[in-house]
Amino acid sequence: MTLTVIILTLTGIVFFYATTVGILRFPDFYSRLHAAGKGDTLSSLLILLALMLYNFHELNLANLLVAMKILLIVVFIFMASPTATHAIVDAGYESGVQPWTKKSEPED
Amino acid sequence: MRYIYTFLIMFGFWILLSGKLDLFHLTLGVISSALVTFLSANLFMYEHGRNRLTTGMRFLLYLPWLLYQIMLSTLHVAYLALHPKMKDRIDPTIVTFKTILKTDIAKVALANSITLTPGTITVRIEKDIFYVHAISRKAAAGLPGEMEERLAKIFERD
Repeated sequence: MTLTVIILTLTGIVFFYATTVGILRFPDFYSRLHAAGKGDTLSSLLILLALMLYNFHELNLANLLVAMKILLIVVFIFMASPTATHAIVDAGYESGVQPWTKKSEPED
Repeated sequence: MRYIYTFLIMFGFWILLSGKLDLFHLTLGVISSALVTFLSANLFMYEHGRNRLTTGMRFLLYLPWLLYQIMLSTLHVAYLALHPKMKDRIDPTIVTFKTILKTDIAKVALANSITLTPGTITVRIEKDIFYVHAISRKAAAGLPGEMEERLAKIFERD
């Protein structure tokens, strides 16, 4: 049980790390949002799952309710994260941010 | 009918959040759920006709597949982000395609699913044209793909 919790949390942290590196390294606004919008979803899911399992050290109604609340957070993130990403991307598109392409990069 | 659905959802939510099952708290819950239902049932469920229960069940069956796609997507993004020659690997483009989906809720589900799956983000929807930013040619080629068919089965089959 504890081992599963540790593994899930660590995987989540690794994905968060990759996401952050992605935000810093990708060349433009749109591709950065690829990293921001997706990495977050899975890594927060993993970490919240770990919390849910950790919470079940003893099984009773109170713990079950807490687990359900964590599940609700997961559901919320699943709806909110892509919607927020979409809103930001659309705002960028609206104000005319040009996407980075291979051609716009001068050859070294 | 939608008043009953909304009330049940609200009341379930109340029990979940309060966690107390004595008479006092349950009565408060019934009163507030009824009030919220009265004020916002029109807002909460506005589309008539379709059988929501079966649509909801089908959507629940769709979730595991979506979760698998999200896993692929995160692995893909993580791989790209950590790749030393990242700029050779990516080739962003904006693609447009026309969707076969009719209802708003199905379009929203498709847009969010596209954002969550590998290498693509929905930029905007105009009527039934989707603008999608894809991070590589390979991701762009896969659009709209099997996701649209699955969603069409969920939301638009009676």
